[in-house]
Amino acid sequence: MTAAAEPSFPPATARQWRRSEEARGLALISPTFLYALALLFLPVLIVFLYSFWTQDYLTIDRTFTLKNYRQALGEPIYQDLLARSLYISLTVSVITVVLSYPIAWFISFHGGLNKNFWLFVITIPCWTSYLLRVMSWKVILGYQGVMNTGLMKLGIIEQPLTSLLYNANAVIITLVHSWAAFAILPIFISLEKIDRSLIEAAADLGDGPIRRFFRIVLPLSMPGVISAFLIVMIPTVGDYVTPQLVGGKEGVMIASAIQASFGKAANWPLGAALSVTTMVIVTLLAGAIVLGLRLIVRGIR
Amino acid sequence: MADRSMISIHGISKYYGPYPAVSSLSLEIGGGEFFSLLGPSGCGKTTLLRMIAGFVEPTDGSIRIDGQDVTGTPPNRRPTNMVFQNYAIFPHLNVEENVGYGLKRLRLDKTEEKRRIGEALEQVRLSTLGSRKAHELSGGQRQRVALARALVMRPKVLLLDEPLSALDKKLREQMQVELRSLQQAVGITFILVTHDQYEALAMSDRIAVMFAGKLAQVATPKEIYQRPVNRQVADFLGGMNFLSATVTGDTNGKVAARTDIFGDVVLEKPPGFTVVEGKVTLGMRPERLRLLWEGETAAKEIRGTVSNRHYFGETTHLSIAVDGLSAPLSIIETNNYGADDLPIGAGVRLAYDPDALVLLAE
Repeated sequence: MTAAAEPSFPPATARQWRRSEEARGLALISPTFLYALALLFLPVLIVFLYSFWTQDYLTIDRTFTLKNYRQALGEPIYQDLLARSLYISLTVSVITVVLSYPIAWFISFHGGLNKNFWLFVITIPCWTSYLLRVMSWKVILGYQGVMNTGLMKLGIIEQPLTSLLYNANAVIITLVHSWAAFAILPIFISLEKIDRSLIEAAADLGDGPIRRFFRIVLPLSMPGVISAFLIVMIPTVGDYVTPQLVGGKEGVMIASAIQASFGKAANWPLGAALSVTTMVIVTLLAGAIVLGLRLIVRGIR
Repeated sequence: MADRSMISIHGISKYYGPYPAVSSLSLEIGGGEFFSLLGPSGCGKTTLLRMIAGFVEPTDGSIRIDGQDVTGTPPNRRPTNMVFQNYAIFPHLNVEENVGYGLKRLRLDKTEEKRRIGEALEQVRLSTLGSRKAHELSGGQRQRVALARALVMRPKVLLLDEPLSALDKKLREQMQVELRSLQQAVGITFILVTHDQYEALAMSDRIAVMFAGKLAQVATPKEIYQRPVNRQVADFLGGMNFLSATVTGDTNGKVAARTDIFGDVVLEKPPGFTVVEGKVTLGMRPERLRLLWEGETAAKEIRGTVSNRHYFGETTHLSIAVDGLSAPLSIIETNNYGADDLPIGAGVRLAYDPDALVLLAE
């Protein structure tokens, strides 16, 4: 290409721009950028458009309407599903982060030379298929499962518990286990980045181990906690496999309704509206959580 | 200087596996003293400082601070505060919060807390930057924050771990003066760890020179520079001309020796010195030898030729080859008489003072 192709630039400037850091940077990210554009932005855009249209048996009526949103937000069944999805994903996020923090802390502060080994051990469950891991929880929580037979052997219960499987709690237990590794890693990384001399300085200034943790380690690891929380929360809101397998009737989440709309019910616009609604709510919630956690940390100081 | 003993270290050792970082070292540091631990990297000076602070537990021996045995006491319960080498400024807090960090635990009332923070910031001349965040500070300012944060706790002993090594030369020299006058103003014991001999010489009341986990010499800057006990200390503290001499007399406190170029001399023995096989090493600092210009004479003089010349702006370092010496003598001349223009190979006369010779153990 010659400079003449860009008449708005004097030739030297255009050539200079093509050689600049900025141009090289853009060139480097453009494959990824185009890929993301094609596979992320376009599908979302299509879903967004569909949510304003109407299903007319086999055809789509393309006149603008908010009817789908009225249905998604107004009908009690969808309200319940959405509320339950948010409840489950928030509970899962809180439990996962609370359980993962001590593990990440232990590896970072007491892992010694074996830090990589510990991290490796943590990723082992991820080597098996997600589906298999969910299924194995069925074996553990089932009527004749490991948990029930174990408790009965120990004499703690006489009859097998039926409340273990096929409800929201089973979904929560399974998801916490599935996502633990994804929460441990960001927390671990942010703990690793803390300059150890800061902790020594806090000790030098009179703080014992507990105060040091709350005044230095926790605030400085907050970026990791926030990303762990979001990494767990955002995908679990729309999780489909886990509630389908271990959730039973009481553990159904919004993704099942979306799947049904796109599948058997053949109402793509409603499915699209439910998806968009979930996305917007999750985005708002994520923002609120980031702000909330930051405020809590500022309070501790 | 030292009113009474503030720190008393007795037979302290620290082993990392089989390797001693510090081995059976004893030391007394006085109240209100500016004390420097000087030595090359890896000599154990930082380990010793961290044992005083409580970050490293000694394998053996004990430490008393102001009469209290603190061996085994965690750092948060010791009357010491530290300025860390990288300053360790808390990145999530601003300058005032950093300085007030240790005061929070004391639960002072708000106005008292504010007053003490203000006072500490004033001491280090940072009063106007109270609300700055850590990342908005320059290296010199970070150092001042670290200093204020430690001083505000009113420790009995302030520990400084190479606090000036990250600053540029000009700022470092300015901070040396400031630290010294700050120490005199607050009157508490300062213990400075450094590998920079000029820093130690310029700031300290006393210096302890350390090599391989042991104390080589503990003395005032002047004594350490002028009367080093052995070759290693002499060499570490600056340039030194080493000469060997034959012993002609060996009494209780003195040694008489014959040198090739300085003739017969009588020298005081440093403590613990013994003559080995009738030979001794003598040292003379380069600045104690002086070039004689035409028309000048001196009581004691020797002749030589210029074999090398290095220009340093205010001074010129010359190497002078002298007949009968295997290595040339180093001398330092200020550049106001033309030493910087002396051609290599020029014949020169040097004046020397036999009193400047010191006896050095190997």
